[in-house]
Amino acid sequence: MAGHPRPLSPHLQIYRRQLTSVTSILHRFTGIGLAVGLLYLVCWLTAAASGLEAFDKLQSFNGSIFGRLLLLGWTVAFFYHLLNGLRHLAWDAGWGFELPTAYKSGYAVLIGTAVLTIGAWLIGYYRMGAF
Amino acid sequence: MAEASEKSPHGTSLRTPIARVRGLGSAKEGVGHWWAQRLTALALIPLGIWFVASVVCMAGADHAAITQWLSAPFTLGALALTVFAAFYHAVLGLQVVVEDYVHGKFAKHAIIILIQFAGFGFATAAIIALLVAAFAG
Repeated sequence: MAGHPRPLSPHLQIYRRQLTSVTSILHRFTGIGLAVGLLYLVCWLTAAASGLEAFDKLQSFNGSIFGRLLLLGWTVAFFYHLLNGLRHLAWDAGWGFELPTAYKSGYAVLIGTAVLTIGAWLIGYYRMGAF
Repeated sequence: MAEASEKSPHGTSLRTPIARVRGLGSAKEGVGHWWAQRLTALALIPLGIWFVASVVCMAGADHAAITQWLSAPFTLGALALTVFAAFYHAVLGLQVVVEDYVHGKFAKHAIIILIQFAGFGFATAAIIALLVAAFAG
């Protein structure tokens, strides 16, 4: 083999976390979570197709603490994956690769996710007549 | 120092670098996967926002209201497109995760085939459920 030292992949135990690496792995985690969410969408549509009884059962699960936590998780995952996906599409188009810009857009994704998630849930509770 | 010239397993290649770049790569499918992932991502920007906004606005709606919404022609079309684009996008994304982390050749291909079958199967189930809910729910 050549004596030329090859670059190594990041060694995860000693790899210092950076915003850029954290947003990257979160994109994968939220993507996997949303794929699971698609299965829940199939359940929801199937319940709606099965009639009143099955649908009410699913809706009461949605209203439970566990159901709400799941839906909250999917809301966070959706807005994060959407915003960070836009960031990736911008990178694919050759825009925003400079390190300061990548950090700014990374923080924008995190703040945007929080704002959109809180906004969506406020509207949801308002539509349910909570206030 | 590393060799700068173009080498193939059979010695010095007669192909120019641009010919290599224009080729379809070792998987012989070129940028098809990459492009489909971006195309479905682009489609899912309006479709995803529309779907989540609709669901949020219908929070707490009963069965009659949901089936009425589902049976509107616009909803049927947009939701069918959302389901198709989302499952396609999910299959492509999960495939990349498997390719990155599952290294056994048999396990890797078995899981990818499973994901592809499951993706198209569940997407079909979603479309059928959507039609039944809209017209018979």
